Amino acid sequence: MNAHAATAQSAAPAAAPAVLVVNNIEVIYDHVILVLKGVSLAVPEGGIVALLGANGAGKSTTLKAISNLLRAERGDVTKGSIEFRGTRVDSLTPNALVKLGVCQVMEGRHCFQHLTVEENLLAGAFTRTGRGEVAAALDKVYTYFPRLKVRRASLAGYTSGGEQQMTAIGRALMAAPTMILLDEPSMGLAPQIVEEIFEIVRDLNARERVSFLLAEQNTTVALRYANYGYILENGRVVMDGDATALGANEDVKEFYLGLASGERKSFRDVKHYRRRKRWLA
Amino acid sequence: MSFFFEVLIGGLLSGVMYSLVALGFVLIYKASGVFNFAQGTMVFFAALTFVGFTELGLSFWAALPATLAAMVVLGLVIERGVLRPLVNQPQISLFMATIGLAFLLEGLSQLLWGSEVRGLDIGIPDEPIAWISDRFGLNISRFDLSAALIAAVLVIALALFFSRTRIGRALRAVADDHQAALAVGIPLQQIWAIVWGVAGAVALVAGLLWGARNGVQYALTFVALKALPVLMLGGLESIPGAIVGGLIVGASEKLAEVYIGPYVGGGIEGWFPYVLALVVLLFRPEGLFGEKIIRRV
Repeated sequence: MNAHAATAQSAAPAAAPAVLVVNNIEVIYDHVILVLKGVSLAVPEGGIVALLGANGAGKSTTLKAISNLLRAERGDVTKGSIEFRGTRVDSLTPNALVKLGVCQVMEGRHCFQHLTVEENLLAGAFTRTGRGEVAAALDKVYTYFPRLKVRRASLAGYTSGGEQQMTAIGRALMAAPTMILLDEPSMGLAPQIVEEIFEIVRDLNARERVSFLLAEQNTTVALRYANYGYILENGRVVMDGDATALGANEDVKEFYLGLASGERKSFRDVKHYRRRKRWLA
Repeated sequence: MSFFFEVLIGGLLSGVMYSLVALGFVLIYKASGVFNFAQGTMVFFAALTFVGFTELGLSFWAALPATLAAMVVLGLVIERGVLRPLVNQPQISLFMATIGLAFLLEGLSQLLWGSEVRGLDIGIPDEPIAWISDRFGLNISRFDLSAALIAAVLVIALALFFSRTRIGRALRAVADDHQAALAVGIPLQQIWAIVWGVAGAVALVAGLLWGARNGVQYALTFVALKALPVLMLGGLESIPGAIVGGLIVGASEKLAEVYIGPYVGGGIEGWFPYVLALVVLLFRPEGLFGEKIIRRV
């Protein structure tokens, strides 16, 4: 189970061929700050893979390294490779990647606040030019997110957090991606809305065959919807495995689900235990 | 009473000329969040280049596309050479860069075309329209009216471009959130190049009209200063704001000069718009039409 710093081959679940393979990447911000120290992972065709871990573990950075938004934040992939459907994509612009079918939904939703919901969605279709194509995509998004259709004319900045998350996901869908990088979809949302969003993710995965790589702090929910999970700590993959197996793992329960086996522990003991049992990669 | 209307209409029409300059600022600010200090110089550069081309023997209709091409190229060069290397730097660095650019461009244009004052004739005489003065007893300049019409057409075209087209929508998206725009596959650099090209074209129209009115000279760069209160009034990111702001500034400065001026010894026209803009800022920091800062709790 503890496949430390797993190579892409061993990490890929056997079932389907991998669409996305991240091979031992290292990311440095501002030329000095080492954030990812050799992360490898794979997303199978039609899979939902969760990237779990605490604040600052490197989840968002991993996603941005894949979508190449890193450079806008003065980050750089200095080692390793990223392949999408067998071709290297490390040096592609985000624009080219979106055209290939990889789209990121950023943490904190990042809607275009002064555009209406519908304009947000249409802006997401920038890489597509066929008029009919775009109209069809819009219809499809509205069938998955009927709430957006109701709110289509309001400024995105004035919609609720859940609606903004839906707008952000819908906007990504407009580019007809086959793979969505979903960063922290549950952030700041009520549990009920989080379930709703994840249901839609599962739906999109099943019906549109969109593969998902999602970064989440909400381990419980993420493991319920994902097929596979990676746990990041300090810029390294410290553990990976089937979602159910991860969910049942004692250490994962202890550290990320807040469930201790048996009796309750005081926080001091937990800290002590944790320090003693460091994940060594 | 007819005197009042004459002043008012004259003010409104000259206000449109301010709007024309303000538009260039708005375009670039809207799409890239940069306050382009060099916009006034671009106006000057456009007028000077146009005159330069006609002096080389080109006709009006040949010089126009040639200057337009020169302005678009200039816009692209600025985007490529100044803005692109400064991506992700703080706003203030970009602003400083445009100040430097203003001086560079100013020197460059005089180096290319010489620094003497030239006249510019775009074929519209600055004389009262007989039809209106006969009927209403108002003296309205044919030139001012034509300038206003040209500005109106330009504004409507730009407004449609921003709200209806794919590129226009992308421009607004980029203005709202660079990163999210990148994430959905909007190529920032391409968009910025387009904006600078369009801003160059707007500068050309403003340069022709202002040059024809005041002569093509270095002082043309100062019309940009008159665009500042227009921007403050209308809001930095609103095209209709630039227009309404221009109208308010034009009308109020002329009326103030005529009706309040005598009590304070005249010379109000120069500073009245700034006072007005300050008052507006006190009550509506985003200007009359600026985008409200959306803050959800």
